[in-house]
Amino acid sequence: MGVYNLLVIFLLVSGLFFFFAGAVGILRFPDFYSRLHPAGKLDTMGLFTSMMAMALWVVHEWTLGAILTALKILLIVAFVFITSPTATHAIVDAGVRAGLLPWAKDSREDPT
Amino acid sequence: MTVNDAPANQSRNRIPKAQPPSTKPKRSPVPYILTFVVCMLTWLVLSGKFDLFHLSLGVVSCAIVSFASGDMLFATKNPKRLPGQWLRFATYVPWLLYQIFRANMHVMRLVFHPRMMDLINPQMIKFNSRLTSEMARFVYANSITLTPGTITVYVSLYGGYTVHAIDDASAEGLPGEMEARVAAIFRE
Repeated sequence: MGVYNLLVIFLLVSGLFFFFAGAVGILRFPDFYSRLHPAGKLDTMGLFTSMMAMALWVVHEWTLGAILTALKILLIVAFVFITSPTATHAIVDAGVRAGLLPWAKDSREDPT
Repeated sequence: MTVNDAPANQSRNRIPKAQPPSTKPKRSPVPYILTFVVCMLTWLVLSGKFDLFHLSLGVVSCAIVSFASGDMLFATKNPKRLPGQWLRFATYVPWLLYQIFRANMHVMRLVFHPRMMDLINPQMIKFNSRLTSEMARFVYANSITLTPGTITVYVSLYGGYTVHAIDDASAEGLPGEMEARVAAIFRE
């Protein structure tokens, strides 16, 4: 049981750490487009590991109800893995359509 | 009675033209059955009640849904290739998860790096993909967005991808191995 608990705690803490990194990334990155990288993806990863931790924690007693709950949690992960890239793409597309130019390191270079 | 009514009445009384003979081929029931199975599994997981009443409710509603929209989830012209595609996709998912994890570590290193502004080099890159089917392009575009460091901005009708990459290392990996793996799923 000790190893099991440790695994759950490790997954949960690493999930929190991914969320934290996402928040820091949003604050530190220079422009709209590059901020979407930590916002859209580190959050997905944080959600994945923390949901895995919850699913593992729920099935520690092996009953039908617990397994159904774990499956529902896995469904959340599956849906987020489909919707998160779609939402990120929608935001990027809105930025491009509005004519926002991406920040580039060399400002003399014409950004596409 | 106004003048405007006359042509309307005329057109209503016109004899309808003979319909051209239906040339639509008979559609295979396989996508409907698969949609029904997927709906039913979701129903079982979400409901969690296995008595006759709730099961029959599930069967009826899943039958209605798969009848109405059975050709949406498995939109393909050749249902015989579906099982192989899904099996190969299932083997692709663990590799994708591993890539997501690796790339997450990379972006996390960037986020916490003290000299982050020197390391990053945001850029828009454009390349043409050799993928032809819509489904393959969709899977590839979403895979690009899921791996951190790269976001698909736009996919043109002819397979031209516009991707925003956060640094040179992320940009170098495109199109690369991921495209080859997606192409292998759909046998292109």
